Amino acid sequence: MEIEQTALPGIGLKHEFTTQSGRRIAVVSHRTGRRDVVVYDRHDPDRACETVKLNDEEADALAELLGAPRIVQRLNDLHREVEGLVSVQLPIAEGSPYAGRPMGQARARTRTGASVVAVVRAGQVHASPSPDFGLMAGDVVVVVGSPESTAAVADILVRG
Amino acid sequence: MHTATIFIELGGIVLALGVLGALALRAGISPIPLYLLAGLAFGKGGILPLATSEDFVAVGAELGVVLLLLTLGLEYNADELVASLRGNARGGLVDLVLNAAPGAVVALLLGWGPVAAVAMAGVTYATSSGITAKVLSDLGWIGNRETPVVLSLLVFEDLTMAMYLPILTAILAGVSLAGGAVTVAIALGAVSVVLVAALRFGRFIEAFVASPNSEVLLLKVVGLALAVAGVAQQLQVSAAVGAFLVGIALSGELAHEARALLMPLRDLFAAVFFVFFGLQTDPGSILPMAGIAAALAVVSMVTKLATGAYAARRAGVARAGQARAGIALIPRGEFNIVIAGLAVAAGAHPDLGPLAAGYVLILAAFGPLAARLVQPLITLVARRA
Repeated sequence: MEIEQTALPGIGLKHEFTTQSGRRIAVVSHRTGRRDVVVYDRHDPDRACETVKLNDEEADALAELLGAPRIVQRLNDLHREVEGLVSVQLPIAEGSPYAGRPMGQARARTRTGASVVAVVRAGQVHASPSPDFGLMAGDVVVVVGSPESTAAVADILVRG
Repeated sequence: MHTATIFIELGGIVLALGVLGALALRAGISPIPLYLLAGLAFGKGGILPLATSEDFVAVGAELGVVLLLLTLGLEYNADELVASLRGNARGGLVDLVLNAAPGAVVALLLGWGPVAAVAMAGVTYATSSGITAKVLSDLGWIGNRETPVVLSLLVFEDLTMAMYLPILTAILAGVSLAGGAVTVAIALGAVSVVLVAALRFGRFIEAFVASPNSEVLLLKVVGLALAVAGVAQQLQVSAAVGAFLVGIALSGELAHEARALLMPLRDLFAAVFFVFFGLQTDPGSILPMAGIAAALAVVSMVTKLATGAYAARRAGVARAGQARAGIALIPRGEFNIVIAGLAVAAGAHPDLGPLAAGYVLILAAFGPLAARLVQPLITLVARRA
């Protein structure tokens, strides 16, 4: 799939591509933060027949909806490709020493070699959380690594 | 007592503009022609001539031009300008030649002389970027494939204006040929120096202007723009160009913020500027020029359509898109009036103002309407093909 990028002087940027079924769609990123989702006419592929204007918040919500299931799918693809790599989902229990503390304090990667790739909170996926991401009881931490290292992370999250 | 009358008059004018703006919004046209009409009605020879507030309105109009050009400059950053120049020089040149010609030819045919011809060339050349951007957005054309072509032509026109305005001011100053050449050289030199400075040292200017407080930011930007505009005026470069260059020097996040802060100010003073131009024009003098203005409007609509079609075809856009590009380029407005205003103030031919007023009235009103009316037709044709 090829994404074409065009500068719109004074307005912003446009990214467009053609879907497998032959529809042409684009996203216009206005400098003001506004995002337009543009669908092109079948008969006149130069013309935008539908333009949906999204503000910051709506654009984020749409990106989340389109992106979240993809992250899980990509993870599954990842350990199909690389042997010996597993991803595990570790719930943060009420009594976990890291509930209410920044994730970085667990130093999971330094101590075990496994990586925290996402935190799922209330059904929302927070991809690649930064070390200052505050963990909370009820979160599910997604960890990728060897079976031993991911088990070690599970141990850290329970016992500290 | 004096201030009281000024307030009453100004209040009346601005209020009338507000009502006219609302009407224009409802009719889906640009408010600029209506502002001009209001100026004609309130000015000399109009229905209700105003006298006391004229000085204030005159200064307000000058401020309007500075703010118009400043916000226009803020829209672009230097990289975009350079990239656009590289990619679209050919389309831009076709645009310049095809659309400057009608104005120049008419001025020469009327026997107004070469100076007026240069001014009229500017009046018929530039498309209104403000009206065009609004039309593109209102009709949902921003995502269209011909839109980048249209936008880069607008950028090219704006840059050409930065070069053209100082030349025009120098010529209008009416110095001898040798002296004129020196003034033009000084003017162009100054513009180039500032452009290069903006390209290479823009971040220093940004660092000076930047402030987390919007009040401080507003004061610094307006102050800088006015000061540079004043210095530019002294150098015969025209205040408007100075303000435009300040706008170009500022980019990124800072430019957005400044633009958002300046918009209401600009809208107010730009409206005053259009009124002022109308005030100075005697409505009685437009009528004899109406026929020529209409003919000129028709000719330059055709030349803009040809320009748009040419540039869009070069970008590989199909028939329908080529037509849309041409239509988007039809409106005239801010710049054309700025140029006519300069020429009138410098004492060019007395009929130049009325002709420009009639011309802009027709095209600024007709451009957006044409786009709206023709859109279904183009779609139909594209579907058949």
